[in-house]
Amino acid sequence: MDKKVAQYSYTKVENMSSVKSPGVGHWKLQRISAIGMIPLLLWFIPSLLFSLLGSYEEAIAWFQSPFNTTGLFLLFITLFFHASLGLQVVIEDYVHNEGLKIASIILIKLLSILLGVLSLLCVLKIYLS
Amino acid sequence: MSRQRPLSPHLQIYKPQLTSILSILHRATGVALSIGSIILVSWVIALTLGEATYLSYLKIINNWFGKLILFGFTFGLFYHFSNGIRHLFWDAGYGYDLKQAYMSGTLVIIASLTLTIITWLLVFFI
Repeated sequence: MDKKVAQYSYTKVENMSSVKSPGVGHWKLQRISAIGMIPLLLWFIPSLLFSLLGSYEEAIAWFQSPFNTTGLFLLFITLFFHASLGLQVVIEDYVHNEGLKIASIILIKLLSILLGVLSLLCVLKIYLS
Repeated sequence: MSRQRPLSPHLQIYKPQLTSILSILHRATGVALSIGSIILVSWVIALTLGEATYLSYLKIINNWFGKLILFGFTFGLFYHFSNGIRHLFWDAGYGYDLKQAYMSGTLVIIASLTLTIITWLLVFFI
């Protein structure tokens, strides 16, 4: 399929009112969060390797820079958002019992929020300490 | 609606190919990384709780089993990262040609293995 065809079919499908379901929003958010993860990981992985594997003091010093705190906030928010969207699709594809499906999706969302908030609080606490 | 209907893809008669294996591996690494994110969060929690907790946390991780898990995590991360970019190209409408799909797939394997090896060389030699 060339680019024109792909774009045509996507806009066409998007504009059909009957398929303007939450699914389209989910699809877009999954891609937006994926694109967001690219620069965040290109920043975080080298930081982890070069600044965070040393001593406790070095790691704390790295966390206390406002630039790094901001980056960690964006990283954790994007990461758990991306993960919960992805896990939701996997559950929707493989869990066929309706009740179990909804329960597991809710559980995934709650766990993502819990882990996200927990990590943000820790990042903030180190920054303020 | 019958719940017993056969579901596509019919894996019992489906011939595994590079493209299909990479596709399922994208999901598998995605799920594994989601679970593995707990390691990242617990590392940040340990750092927050002070030096003593942080050092004992590192002690728990720093053995052959912990390193094996982290090695798998690293490969999963680089694989999902590279193949995710491949998916974004598809979403933008590029690379659907069969030859291109195989080429980008091979590139993803080479990239994720290389990045994993470089990372662990850095871990051991820095």
